[in-house]
Amino acid sequence: MRNLIKSPKDFYCGLLLIGIAAIFAAEVRHLPIGSAFRMGPGYFPLVLSVLLAALGAAIFINGLRVRGEPVGSLPWRGIAFIALPVIFFGGTLKGLGFVPSLAATVLATTFASKRWSIPSAISITAALVLLATAIFIYGLGLPISLFGPWVGGY
Amino acid sequence: MDLLANLSIGFEQALSVQNLLYCFAGVLLGTVVGVMPGLGPVATIAMLLPATFTLPPVSALIMLAGIYYGAQYGGSTTSILLNLPGEPSSVVTAIDGHQLARQGRAGFALFTAAVGSFFAGTVATFLIAGFAPPLAEIALKFGAPEYFSLMIFGLAASVALAHGSLLKAIAMVVLGLLLGTVGQDLYTGALRFNFGVIQLADGVEFVAIAMGTFGIGEIIRNLENEASRKAVISRVSGLIPTKQEVKSITAPIVRGTVLGSALGILPGGGAVLASFASYSVEKRVSSDPGRFGKGAIEGVAGPEAANNAGAQTSFIPMLTLGIPANPVMALMIGALIIQGIVPGPNVMSERPQLFWGVIVSMWIGNAMLLVLNLPLIGLWARLMTVPYRMLYPTIVAVCCIGVFSVNSSPFDVYVMAFFGVLGYVLTKLDCEPAPLLLGFVIGRLIEEYLRRAMLLSRGDPSVFVDFYDRPVSASFMILSLITLVAVCVPAIGRRREEAFRG
Repeated sequence: MRNLIKSPKDFYCGLLLIGIAAIFAAEVRHLPIGSAFRMGPGYFPLVLSVLLAALGAAIFINGLRVRGEPVGSLPWRGIAFIALPVIFFGGTLKGLGFVPSLAATVLATTFASKRWSIPSAISITAALVLLATAIFIYGLGLPISLFGPWVGGY
Repeated sequence: MDLLANLSIGFEQALSVQNLLYCFAGVLLGTVVGVMPGLGPVATIAMLLPATFTLPPVSALIMLAGIYYGAQYGGSTTSILLNLPGEPSSVVTAIDGHQLARQGRAGFALFTAAVGSFFAGTVATFLIAGFAPPLAEIALKFGAPEYFSLMIFGLAASVALAHGSLLKAIAMVVLGLLLGTVGQDLYTGALRFNFGVIQLADGVEFVAIAMGTFGIGEIIRNLENEASRKAVISRVSGLIPTKQEVKSITAPIVRGTVLGSALGILPGGGAVLASFASYSVEKRVSSDPGRFGKGAIEGVAGPEAANNAGAQTSFIPMLTLGIPANPVMALMIGALIIQGIVPGPNVMSERPQLFWGVIVSMWIGNAMLLVLNLPLIGLWARLMTVPYRMLYPTIVAVCCIGVFSVNSSPFDVYVMAFFGVLGYVLTKLDCEPAPLLLGFVIGRLIEEYLRRAMLLSRGDPSVFVDFYDRPVSASFMILSLITLVAVCVPAIGRRREEAFRG
C-alpha cells in the first residue's frame, strides 16, 4: 500500500475531491436535469460534479504515478482550539450573551498556541472582550444582549 | 470634457470630510495589515465587510479599496526590511529590496518603493478614468454568450496565475462554482443541495466562506510553525536620495507603470503577474544584469510601480463588467451586492458618484500613503515584531462577531468554522483557496448566463465560438484556451514555477 502511493498530497487530494463530487452527485439525483436547450436546476451542478470527479480522478492517478511530497502532520491542537471555539461561539452567543460567550471563545483559542501563559491569556481575553464590547455593541450598535437568558439576562 | 466633468463629480465625493476619513482609515489599516505578519488584505476586508453595511456605498468602497492598495505599500515594507513578502505581489521586491537593506540602503529602497507606487497609482487612476467609460459602453452591448465567455476567460486567467498544479487550480474553481449552486434555483425556485438544512436555502453565505478560508484557515496554517520574527533593521536612514539615484529609478518606474497598467486590466490577478513581468523586463534592459539579486534598485523600482499600477487597474474589470480579477475584487463585489448594487456596466451611468468617487479617492489615498509611509517608517518597522500569538485571538473574535452580524445567524458561524478547516486542509494538499472563492462569486452569474445563452441558441453550444455572429464571445473562448495551453507548455510552465518560487 505504501509503495503504491507515490505522492500522498495528490492521492488524498484526489480522494477528497472525488468524495465531494460524489456527495453533490448524490443530491443532484433529486433534481430535474432538463436538456441543453432548457436546462433544469440539476443540469449545471451535474456537469460540475462530473467535472470535479474527473479532475479528482486525474489528481488521484497522479498521486500513484509521480513521486511527490508527504502531507506532513496535521496540527490537531491548532485545528481543535480554533475551530471548536468558533463553533462554541455560534452555539452559545444567543443563550449566554455577548460577554460570557466571547470571553470563553477567546480564552479557548489561546490554547492553540503553546506560547501563552495563563495570566497573560486571561489578560488578553479581558482586554479583547472590553474592546469588542465597546466597538461592536456600543459603537456599531449590534443587537446582541451582553448577558443572555442562560446566565440570568434577557 | 466629459472626463473633467466626471472627475469633478469624483472630487466632490472623495473630498467630503466623511469620505476623506474613511479613505484615511482604509489606507492606514491597509498599511498595518500589510506590515503585520500573518494578516493580509483579503482577511481584513472579509472581516470588515459586515461593518460596512451601515455605511453609504461610496464610503464603504472607498475604505475597502484603501485597505487593498494600502496593503500593497505595507507589503513592500516587510519585503525590504524582513525579506518576508506579506503579499504575493511583493515577492519580487524582496529579492533586491532586502539585499539593499542589508547593504544599509533600506531608506533608499523604501523611498523608491513608495514613490514608484505613488507615480504608478496616479497614472493608473487616470487610465481608469479614461478607459472605464468606453469599456462599460461596449459591455452594455454584451449578450449572455459574451458574458459567459468573458467569465470563462476570467476563471482561466485565475487558474493560470494560481501557484502549483494546474489540475488542482481548475478543481478549486469547479468546487467554487459547485458551492455557488447551493440554494434556490433562480429559474424554477427548486431547492438545491440543502442537505436537509433549512438555512442553506439561501445558499452558502459568502462572508462565511471568505472569512473561513482566508481568516480561520490562515490562522491554523500560521500556527503550524510558530516562529518568532525579528526585524533585521531597526533604524532606517537615508530616505532622501541623491540626484544620481533619482535618475536611476525614473526609467524603471515608468516602464513598470506601463507594464502594470496593461496587465492589471486582464482579469485574473494582474498585480502579481505585473511585478514578475516587470522584474524580468528590467533585468533584460539592464546593461549589467549580474547586479540583479544582489541589490539592484531597478529590481525594486520597476516591480513596485508595476504591482501598484496592476492593483489599481484591476478595478477596471470589476467596476465596468462586474467580474472580479482576484479575491479582493470578489470581496468588493460582495460588498456592492450587500449594498444592493448590482456590479456591472450600469454602475457607471446609474451611480456616477459611487464610480467616480471611488476612483478619485484612490488617487487621494495614494498621496496619503506617501505621506504616511515615509516619515512613519520607524513605527512600521516596530509593528513587524508584534508576535503572532497576540494577533490571532483578535482575528478569531472579529471573524466570529462579523460573520454572525451578517444575518444574526449562528449557522453562518458554523459554516465559517467548516470552511476554515476545509480551507486549511486544501492548502495542506497544495490547493489554493483563491480560485475557489472566485468560482463561488461567479457561480450564480455564470450559470444564469449559460442557461440564457443556451435558451437563445436552442441548446446549441456552438454559440460561444461562432466567429461570424459572436466574434467577441469567440475571441474570449480562444483567449481562454490560449491561456490554459500556454501554462501547460513546458517552457512557459517552468517560467511560471520560477516566478512563484518566493
